[in-house]
Amino acid sequence: MNWGGLLLVMIMLSSLVPGLIIFALPEKSVRPRTFLNLGSAVFKLLLILVMIIGIYQGRHFAVRWQLLPGIELALSSDPLAALFSTLSTVLWLLTTLYAVGYLEQSPNRRQFFGYFSICVTVTVGIALAGNLITFLLFYELLTLTTYPLVTHRGTREALAAGRVYLAYTLSGGAVLLVAVAWLQMLAGPVDFGGPPAAASVAAEHKAQLIVIFFLFIAGLGVKAALVPLHGWLPRAMVAPAPVSALLHAVAVVKAGVFGIIRVVHDVYGIQYAAGLHLLLPLSILASLSIIYGSLCAMRADDLKKRLAYSTVSQLSYIVLGVSVAGPLAAMGGLVHLVHQGLMKITLFFCAGNLAETLGVHRISEMNGIARRMPLTMAAFSVGALGMIGFPPMAGFVSKWYLGMGALAADRMWVVAVLAVSTVLNAAYFLPILIKAWFRPQDCPWSEQGAVDDRLETRWMLLVPPVVTAFLVVAVGLLANAQISPLAWVKMIVGREYGP
Amino acid sequence: MPDTAFWAVCLVVVPLFFAIICFVRSALVSILGPLAAWLNAIAALGMTVSFVHSGPVRYAIGGWQVPLGINFRIDGLSVLLIAMTAVTGLSVSMYASGYFSLRIGPAREQGRHQHQRAYFWPLWLLLWAALHGLFLSADLFNIYVTLEITGLSAVLLTSLSGKAAARLAAMRYLLVSLLGSCSYLFGVALLYRCYGILDMAVLARLVSPAPLMWVSLALLTTGLVLKTALFPLHFWLPPAHANALAPVSAILSGLVVKASLYLILRLWGDVFAQVLPLAAYLLPGALGCGAVLWGAVQALLQKRLKMLIAYSTVAQLGYMFIALPLIRLDHGSSAWEAVIFLIMSHACAKSAMFMAAGSIFLKAGHDRINDLDGIKEVLPVTSFAFVVAGVSLMGFPPSGAFIGKWLLLGVSLASGQWWWGIMLVIGSLLAAGYVYRVACHLLVFKAPFYARRQFIPPVMEWSALLLAVLAMLLGLFAGYPLGLLEAGSPFPGHACLEVMP
Repeated sequence: MNWGGLLLVMIMLSSLVPGLIIFALPEKSVRPRTFLNLGSAVFKLLLILVMIIGIYQGRHFAVRWQLLPGIELALSSDPLAALFSTLSTVLWLLTTLYAVGYLEQSPNRRQFFGYFSICVTVTVGIALAGNLITFLLFYELLTLTTYPLVTHRGTREALAAGRVYLAYTLSGGAVLLVAVAWLQMLAGPVDFGGPPAAASVAAEHKAQLIVIFFLFIAGLGVKAALVPLHGWLPRAMVAPAPVSALLHAVAVVKAGVFGIIRVVHDVYGIQYAAGLHLLLPLSILASLSIIYGSLCAMRADDLKKRLAYSTVSQLSYIVLGVSVAGPLAAMGGLVHLVHQGLMKITLFFCAGNLAETLGVHRISEMNGIARRMPLTMAAFSVGALGMIGFPPMAGFVSKWYLGMGALAADRMWVVAVLAVSTVLNAAYFLPILIKAWFRPQDCPWSEQGAVDDRLETRWMLLVPPVVTAFLVVAVGLLANAQISPLAWVKMIVGREYGP
Repeated sequence: MPDTAFWAVCLVVVPLFFAIICFVRSALVSILGPLAAWLNAIAALGMTVSFVHSGPVRYAIGGWQVPLGINFRIDGLSVLLIAMTAVTGLSVSMYASGYFSLRIGPAREQGRHQHQRAYFWPLWLLLWAALHGLFLSADLFNIYVTLEITGLSAVLLTSLSGKAAARLAAMRYLLVSLLGSCSYLFGVALLYRCYGILDMAVLARLVSPAPLMWVSLALLTTGLVLKTALFPLHFWLPPAHANALAPVSAILSGLVVKASLYLILRLWGDVFAQVLPLAAYLLPGALGCGAVLWGAVQALLQKRLKMLIAYSTVAQLGYMFIALPLIRLDHGSSAWEAVIFLIMSHACAKSAMFMAAGSIFLKAGHDRINDLDGIKEVLPVTSFAFVVAGVSLMGFPPSGAFIGKWLLLGVSLASGQWWWGIMLVIGSLLAAGYVYRVACHLLVFKAPFYARRQFIPPVMEWSALLLAVLAMLLGLFAGYPLGLLEAGSPFPGHACLEVMP
């Protein structure tokens, strides 16, 4: 194995091994566990940095492990993989810190952090997967490793949500398996990063390729919460806040979206997919999800539920951007992968803080809450404004490029969808901000006690949302800098569409 | 360096010898039993290693050739099944050594386990020897003998628990087993009448479509299908497997059903493959689909853990019959490889599940699925083992079952008969359903769990986990077993071994 391959394996092991050790540690040993968690997260981040520097220098890391002829596990570091794995690793570090604070004193933390680490391993595996089979492997494993996290509380409600979650995702996985097997039968083993595999299939199989594409979308759309398949997402809200945060920003939903990007970009190829007229139905589906998710979000009074429906809507921006089939729109979609993650995790951290510190779960209880928790609500406001698309936040950059891309591709209706969705976003986020900042408190909060006197809540709960809110502004302001996600995305899209 | 044939003879003689010693000197069973298990494993390892070096072998015991003597035929398929038996058997033996050392139950039955142990070990070693003989034998009559010994010792093992339900189940099992053997023996007799020889490799060249041949094949198949508990002839299996002692259940579900299954594969996939029309394979395929659906639905309805696992065996056996038409349709050897992966993975996973269920039963005092919330706190390793085994049974990557299903899916799509593949996928989803029914109780955190003060030796917990993890990771190392297969191909169309007619 070469050094580059070793690096990728190390990236995987750097959270897998700590996860297994955490399972072996006794429940009471909090300090070693925390140290192991944070230490491994930082270590993983360093490894990812090494990988990014390598990619900047034009290197390509890859490692392969053949199971059988035709079945090969491959990890590979193309820029898209680096984008997603960096996002996962950064947010994992912050979420771990948050989870340590959030779960203080609660039982059964060993299992939580064990699965948490393994879950991140699997997510990074999805990012680094170098071919379709490896992607499928990690995609399926993600279902399993997140289930214990979703049902962590063990209440009747949590178990019911877990059941729905499994029913949706396992069925999606089965559909995906059929799609992968079928495509592999036609095209042979499908590697990412090379010339698109579908384009090499003989012309008489075109009809089959179209069916396979929709099987792919159906299988991946479950995790990506495309509209008729989104039913599990709002229910999965019963999970503890750090899990919801990670689920909505990185792990599960992004796995689905990332898969769709891979299928469109690497398996079918944009031009080929557009040639088969596959992308228009996908854009329509994404547009429906955007509008429908926003409408549902307006009706929800439960804060986490509103955020969940907002995820349904926001994720589809990414799918929309990819399916418009133009370099600018693709940039908007891909960069939203990062931007949505940063914004949504901020919002969920804040929602968790409100629930954990004041027992506030509903939006109707939030009047005047910004006076009690100014920092949290400031972070929340940054995230919410970003979602609406106020400049100079992250969301503005995404929407700008999506809109430009739609105009460039001559799709006026996409611009209309974006406009309507922005109005709807404002309609469900602004009332929250107005209530929190400008209304007087009108109902009692149940202070959960054990709060630091100087800060509004425990520092471990406060630091992550503030940092992510800062990042939301930073990636928007510095979008043109060489190290911003946008610059990275430009590089990816530049390779896809040519200079 | 001893050669393959030496190890093959050891594989039959050693367990047989120890079985006899254990019968005679029951005081020593707790030492001799595990010792024999280790020796078996060493012999299996020795045979695998020497097979890798020297390839497939035929060996005539005592120099007596066909048609008089006993012939061993050692090819890739036999070696893999022997290896599977060794790994599973060794783990179950370790589990059993812990299981039978426990003092459980009310005071007046204090000696119950010690009493059972004195019978368990000789019967299990006898069964083990018979399985080895069955996988190694080259001709159908010797196979009949080993099949009969397998069946009888399995029945006796089932009745070992002594409970009324177990005795009833064992009685039914005995009748089915005898009926199956009779049918098989008739078939063998007719074949002998037709061709004057029973060596499988020779028969494969001689068989031609003739009425008597069809009757004999029907009889052979009926007998074997009855013993394999293919739907709708599975009625005897769930009560027998669910009411036996835990290590016995593991052996029955993991290994014993594989014996007759192996024969069906040999007969339908190899010996008679040249004369059977494609349409004939639809029947086992369709029955396999029925088994997958019916077994899974029944498993979903069960209230007791061991019954659920037993019905899951019915469902899982269905896959291997679905594979039969695909073996026939396949141009390469993918379908063969797939079946072997399914068999090996199922042996490990299912034994692990029954072993875990046994520990859970001892600790909780019952195996009502709905009352197992929180058992994770008292039996963490066992619960984890069960879940891992369940996941590999669902065919999740990278388990061996995943490789099997993946290959079969590919074959079925490529051959145009895609419905078999869809059936496999549906089966996996149903399996996910019944595994989930248990796993959601095993994974949930609820303290405190009311458990009996029964001590569970670590060896019982870890042997189950070992097998479960093995089943789960089998796919990652899929290349090695397949290397063995290619070294001594059981597939039709490849070069056959030289046989003296």
